Amino acid sequence: MVSIASDLPVSSTHPRWLIRAALLAIAYLVIPFVGTSYLFEAILLPFLALSLAGVGLNLLTGYAGQVSLGSAAFMAVGAFAAYNFNLRVEGLPLVASIVLAGFSAAAIGIVFGLPSLRLKGFYLAVSTLAAQFFVQWALTKFGWFSNNSASGVIDAPPLAIAGIGFESAAGRYLFALTIVTVLTFLTLRLVASQTGRNFIAVRDNETAARIIGVPVLRTKLLAFAISSFIIGIAGVLWAFAYLRTVEPAGFNLDRSFQVLFIIIIGGLASIRGAFFGAALIVVFPLALSRLGAFFLGDIFDSGVLDMSQRIVLGGLIILFLVLEPDGLVALWGRSVRRLGSVFGRS
Amino acid sequence: MTMLSKFKIAALAAGVALTIALPAAHADEQYFPLQSYRVGPYAAGGTGFFGGFIDYLNLVNTRDGGVNGVKLTWSEAETQYEVERGVEAYERLKSNPNVAAWNPLSVGIAYAMIDRITADKVPLITINHGRTDSTDGRVFPYVFPLLLNPYSETSGIVNYIASKEGGLESLKGKKIVVLYHGSPYGKETIPIYELLAEKYGFELQQIEVPHPGNEQQSQWLTIRRAKPDYVVLRGWGVMNPVALKTAAKTGFPVDHIIGNVWSNSEEDVIPAGDAAKGYTAITTQASGTEYPVVKEIVSTLYDKGQGNLEDKNRIGSVYHNLGIVNGILNVEAIRIAQEKFGKRTLTGDEVRWGFEHLQLDPARVEALGAKNLFHSINVTWDNHEGNGYVTFQQWDGKKWNVVSDWIAPDWALLRPIIEKSSGAYAAEKGIKLRTAEDAEAATN
Repeated sequence: MVSIASDLPVSSTHPRWLIRAALLAIAYLVIPFVGTSYLFEAILLPFLALSLAGVGLNLLTGYAGQVSLGSAAFMAVGAFAAYNFNLRVEGLPLVASIVLAGFSAAAIGIVFGLPSLRLKGFYLAVSTLAAQFFVQWALTKFGWFSNNSASGVIDAPPLAIAGIGFESAAGRYLFALTIVTVLTFLTLRLVASQTGRNFIAVRDNETAARIIGVPVLRTKLLAFAISSFIIGIAGVLWAFAYLRTVEPAGFNLDRSFQVLFIIIIGGLASIRGAFFGAALIVVFPLALSRLGAFFLGDIFDSGVLDMSQRIVLGGLIILFLVLEPDGLVALWGRSVRRLGSVFGRS
Repeated sequence: MTMLSKFKIAALAAGVALTIALPAAHADEQYFPLQSYRVGPYAAGGTGFFGGFIDYLNLVNTRDGGVNGVKLTWSEAETQYEVERGVEAYERLKSNPNVAAWNPLSVGIAYAMIDRITADKVPLITINHGRTDSTDGRVFPYVFPLLLNPYSETSGIVNYIASKEGGLESLKGKKIVVLYHGSPYGKETIPIYELLAEKYGFELQQIEVPHPGNEQQSQWLTIRRAKPDYVVLRGWGVMNPVALKTAAKTGFPVDHIIGNVWSNSEEDVIPAGDAAKGYTAITTQASGTEYPVVKEIVSTLYDKGQGNLEDKNRIGSVYHNLGIVNGILNVEAIRIAQEKFGKRTLTGDEVRWGFEHLQLDPARVEALGAKNLFHSINVTWDNHEGNGYVTFQQWDGKKWNVVSDWIAPDWALLRPIIEKSSGAYAAEKGIKLRTAEDAEAATN
């Protein structure tokens, strides 16, 4: 693993909490009133779910240095666990189902994290593939998980907390936003704590970490558990708030890669990076497809357009990673510093 | 691409906002949002089906100037058969005015849309596929698995096998393997095959092929060990030619493989080459270009370079003809609704009324130039499938030949099972069963 700067404060004229508070104020007080259903359903909801998955994977891969290709599996565990807790435990509040779903994903995460005690790097990545295939197989094989639904598709229950419904697009957005905000702040606290420093120590040099007294095995498993917990809840948001229906194949290997790309493009070992990366992965293809359809829609059919978008997207990602290997978050930090110095001089 | 959506995308390109729905401007237009797929593993089905659908809409516009003067418009958004893209496309396209009906041609996308289109009051058409219990119009007012729902298909296939063996009684003790696509579509028929196996006393084994299905060695080795009398291929896309080729490799006789309604196209058999010779599959619409409506599409559109298919050899193929039949059904639903509500742009709910009175007897089908292309349809407010007839076709290496009459599936047997499933759904969702009076009223 390349050594990566941790989420060090970017020099800025404003304190960070002010920026965060302003972002949250916009997210809570402005967007719900001005957003269209397209903005919520097609952009913000997948963005929030994938950002949270990115935050979870970043803990494991960015901070603790353990590469995982099983993110989609943990999302699936979360989604199907929440569905089953909600369905089978009478009177259990939705929030409790979601938290229990997180713990279920954490448990599976620990099981599939065990190989990390012996394996590193690519070998570990390959062993986490086992999670990907096993979970999808189990969810397909045993009809119980999808309540014996003929087609294996589960329908999300209505979102309601203490009798207040969040069924509208804006409501589901607020629901997802709240969960993402809470978990992100907890994660920020975690990475600043001793545990977070242990993660980084294990990532940077396992032997050195052991010598200074970091419990390496426990730290690795803890990273898998917490990361899977967060990713599991991201899966709940994906299924319950975004698609509102889900089948096991919806959480396939492609989704795992998508989450991995999010943190690589956004910036490893950066919580903000997960949000930047998810924004790029969600919004960029859409913008490209809309622009392509606008300029060339009369000449080519949608299939040709879609293919060329993929080429453009792939090319841009390569170009971008060559120019900025530390991800969007580094680019952001530099722009802010430059802007700061420009304003500082004037 | 309609002018309206162009303006909308222009607004986006300008970076003003992601969607600003323009106010409805054109008075007499009816818009079809097409969540099509022209790339990915299922592109053959997507290009053929949406090609035929667009060709028919185009034909109605060019030949008749629209439906009673109401022009048909459409625009496409690529889904690649993926649920997330389908949902995005739905959100993108639904802001267009005058939406008539949705036709996503994907069970996964259709499932994700049921709540949404029910809230919007716009019909969702899942021709020859979809969620079986949406046949029950009392519970699913806006969902239409037209012509053939998956259970009817299953019943048709089992009846056909029985007829080859000498009657339903002779199924006793026979062994049938169902090789199904690992997707919501593929799994939809698992319970009904089990039920029919129990009822008719045949031995059943159902084997999944994971999506997309380009590797089936182990499944066919299992089949070889099981030595079934018949294999039902419930495939989709690339899975079908691979199945036929692997069957040939493992020595299973191809004339004992029966394809379902999504394993019945030229694109499924041509890539398999000789391995497909003798393969039989169910269909609701015949292939070929000899039907007057197909001929008209060729003379009106393709001869003038306005056809939608890039490869003219695919005109009259199974998927293309299915798209044409789907076009006929959508257009006729609008026409029927216009007779009640007036010859103008209709609301989604009014089009829903039209679909619920979509009754085309063989005479009407003939008048539409589609005699023997498909048999008939008889949709009512509580039967959203419309009792489509099926036929069987055999591949001779060059073309499909019809090898049976039009067969009726065993609807009376299936209806109680469908009602049980839709009843459970209604209970889970707290849906009040609709009555005939509810169905008669349409909001405008």
